[in-house]
Amino acid sequence: MATVFCAVAISPESASNRGPDCMRVGIIGVGMTAFRPSTPEYSWKELMFEAASRAYADAGVDPRTEVDSFVTCAEDYYEGFGIFDEFTPDQLGGALRPVCTVTGDGLQGLANAFMQIQTGLIDIAVVEAHSKASDILTLEGIIEHGLDPIWNKPLGGHPFLIAGLEADAFVRKTRTSVKALAAVVAKNRTNALRNPLAAYAAKVDAEQVLSSAERFAPLRALDIAAPADGGVVLVLASEAAARRRHANPVWIRGIGWASDSPTLETRDWTQAAYAQLAAEMAYRLAKVRRPATEIDFAEVDDRFSYKELQHLEAVGLAKKGEAGRTVLKGGYDPGGALPVNVAGGSLGCGNVFEATGLHRAAEVALQLRGDAGSHQIDGVRVGVAQSWRYIPSATGAVAVLGVGQ
Amino acid sequence: MRKVGVIGAGMTLFRRRLQETGKEMCFEATKMALDSAGLTRADIDMVVNGTAPDAFDGVHMKGEYLLDGCGGYRKPYTRVFTGGGTGVFSSIAGWWHVASGLADAVLVVNEEKMSSCQPHPQSVFAHIWDPILDRPLRPNLVWIFAMEMNRYMHVHGVKKEDIARVAVKNKRNAVGHPCAQLADPKITVDDVLNSEVMAWPVQRLDISPPSDGASAIVLASEDFIRRRKIKDRAWMSGVGWCIDSTMWTDRDLYFPEYVARAAQTAYKRAKISDPRREIDFAEPYDPFDYKELHHLEGLLLAKKGEAPILTREGVTERDGDLPVCPSGGLMGVGNPIAATMGQKIGELFWQLTNQAGKRQIPHEVHTGVAQAWGDLMQYGSVVVMSS
Repeated sequence: MATVFCAVAISPESASNRGPDCMRVGIIGVGMTAFRPSTPEYSWKELMFEAASRAYADAGVDPRTEVDSFVTCAEDYYEGFGIFDEFTPDQLGGALRPVCTVTGDGLQGLANAFMQIQTGLIDIAVVEAHSKASDILTLEGIIEHGLDPIWNKPLGGHPFLIAGLEADAFVRKTRTSVKALAAVVAKNRTNALRNPLAAYAAKVDAEQVLSSAERFAPLRALDIAAPADGGVVLVLASEAAARRRHANPVWIRGIGWASDSPTLETRDWTQAAYAQLAAEMAYRLAKVRRPATEIDFAEVDDRFSYKELQHLEAVGLAKKGEAGRTVLKGGYDPGGALPVNVAGGSLGCGNVFEATGLHRAAEVALQLRGDAGSHQIDGVRVGVAQSWRYIPSATGAVAVLGVGQ
Repeated sequence: MRKVGVIGAGMTLFRRRLQETGKEMCFEATKMALDSAGLTRADIDMVVNGTAPDAFDGVHMKGEYLLDGCGGYRKPYTRVFTGGGTGVFSSIAGWWHVASGLADAVLVVNEEKMSSCQPHPQSVFAHIWDPILDRPLRPNLVWIFAMEMNRYMHVHGVKKEDIARVAVKNKRNAVGHPCAQLADPKITVDDVLNSEVMAWPVQRLDISPPSDGASAIVLASEDFIRRRKIKDRAWMSGVGWCIDSTMWTDRDLYFPEYVARAAQTAYKRAKISDPRREIDFAEPYDPFDYKELHHLEGLLLAKKGEAPILTREGVTERDGDLPVCPSGGLMGVGNPIAATMGQKIGELFWQLTNQAGKRQIPHEVHTGVAQAWGDLMQYGSVVVMSS
């Protein structure tokens, strides 16, 4: 059993003079299904089973005897159940074992499993998230149901209006060209052509994006990631267990999560405050002081094209107002100075809802291991995965992953 | 592993159709818990929210909606959800936030607003079943609990009178609880046995009805407690959680094996080898009166089939050898699902720090256990606390 744990809490008063000293937690298993617009031959349970089976095989663990804790990430309305937690154990091998649901993005689930291992009582933990969006008949209605029932929902607008308004606030504040939004779409969908698991890989250019149907100005049809089905499972282990079981564990160097105001009226519309706060926490744990030079590549949430740019600025990988200019110059291409969403992002792979952040962490882990196949980038040692909980939330998480000492 | 203490607790009135929104109830409970710990929101590093189905409140991503009421604005905030098990489970999530070393002081806020669900929250429970195997039978929660109660009574030859004693004890215990919805100083076993039959053997007074409410606790590390010179604290000495298979039709319902496994884990972590001797009082989950008995056996505080006998002999009364639900439990105080953390973890804190007022157990107590139960009769969450 592990005995070393984080010696210092992250509260500002303690973090200012002493750096946190955490036990290492490693990712020793990665499992994913293909992401597809619909999976009529699979139930959500079978998606979970396939992703879990792949992750367990990758890690070489038996879930029924060797995994100490399982964390699943799901929201009832997306799943179509009153209490979705009921339906999680069997297909993960977790029956009569410690399983729990974090109603959050997969990276928040990862953060909770990370903390469980840091207590020293848990050696191996599993995190699962999935999407069976093709089962949802009234997706817009569900998203609208997330609005404040007294102040916002009665206004009756399409919930994506929020993304349109926020995109507008972002491009005005940062003087970002809408061409930069189109460049994000073109890059990510083209990147997805090298990812055999992606649902929406296509040779799309910026002109096509700019001439696609106008939706929620300044957003056009191609600026919005389309839903997909898919499952992602990661196996985590304490440092000792990770070294024992895996030749090349990927270390979770730092993780952070945070929420801005849930009310539309009082949140910051121009910059993603949640991503900035989450990144500050993750960098503090990871002892990253200059993210722009210490991070080799990033996987960030791009479920609306402007979000990729807004998130890159929020997590300190671009200066305010710079992300749009950089993407236009190819700086975020696979061969650029900071490759971003090399696997295709959500624009290329599809929006897998609560699995989005875990998918990003899985992609970062595969890149760091050198297992990313045809979209592998060379020589990467440290990567960032960032997530957002989609409309209408202002919640997100950031994980810093790395290999080697 | 760092020691984690509960240093404050608060809970709102439990009533069906409170005027307050879910956010406002969370704010009220949060403020009470912070005040009781002598802290402000600025002292809190992270926030955990626990709340059961979104469909009760009628809000998708309910945790996001409740966030500012829980004090989570611009803080690391997570919601956890294990059905009815959330009532104790969210405090376990709070525990690992502190025990991991990532946080020094954490708020755990649980909420439920069932009255928003029209015409009755039972309509939400129509959507908790397997869509292929169960849902076409149009099952209802009271029916399946009637099956479980029947099985329990059949295996051990338990009489309904002995189960009704639990309802009487808890509704009487709740007298003096400032949040109680169902306290009744004059209730008798005959009242329970003569109440309307819902689904045999479940009668109206065997069930705790839907409610609205919120509760909150503050958790802190040993170092924080020492630094701030906090006097009223109770240590979380052991935690355990366990889920059984979704296929509830495949198991014998007379004994909650998942509770036993969660309890064994919690006792082991608390270094308790003989729970019956080392646990001074218990707050098992009692949304139905038979559940208290079922769970006492699951918690290994009674042998299988022995809990009704202990109840008949008065062992589980507040002044008995093993006081059970001295708060009044869900049967007496009310059952806004996740918010029952107030009668479970909250009551352990108040009893162990001598703040339970009229509900204070008359003899000295040092160690208590709280448990919640949820999902499809499959989830057990257990916390052992010591002074």
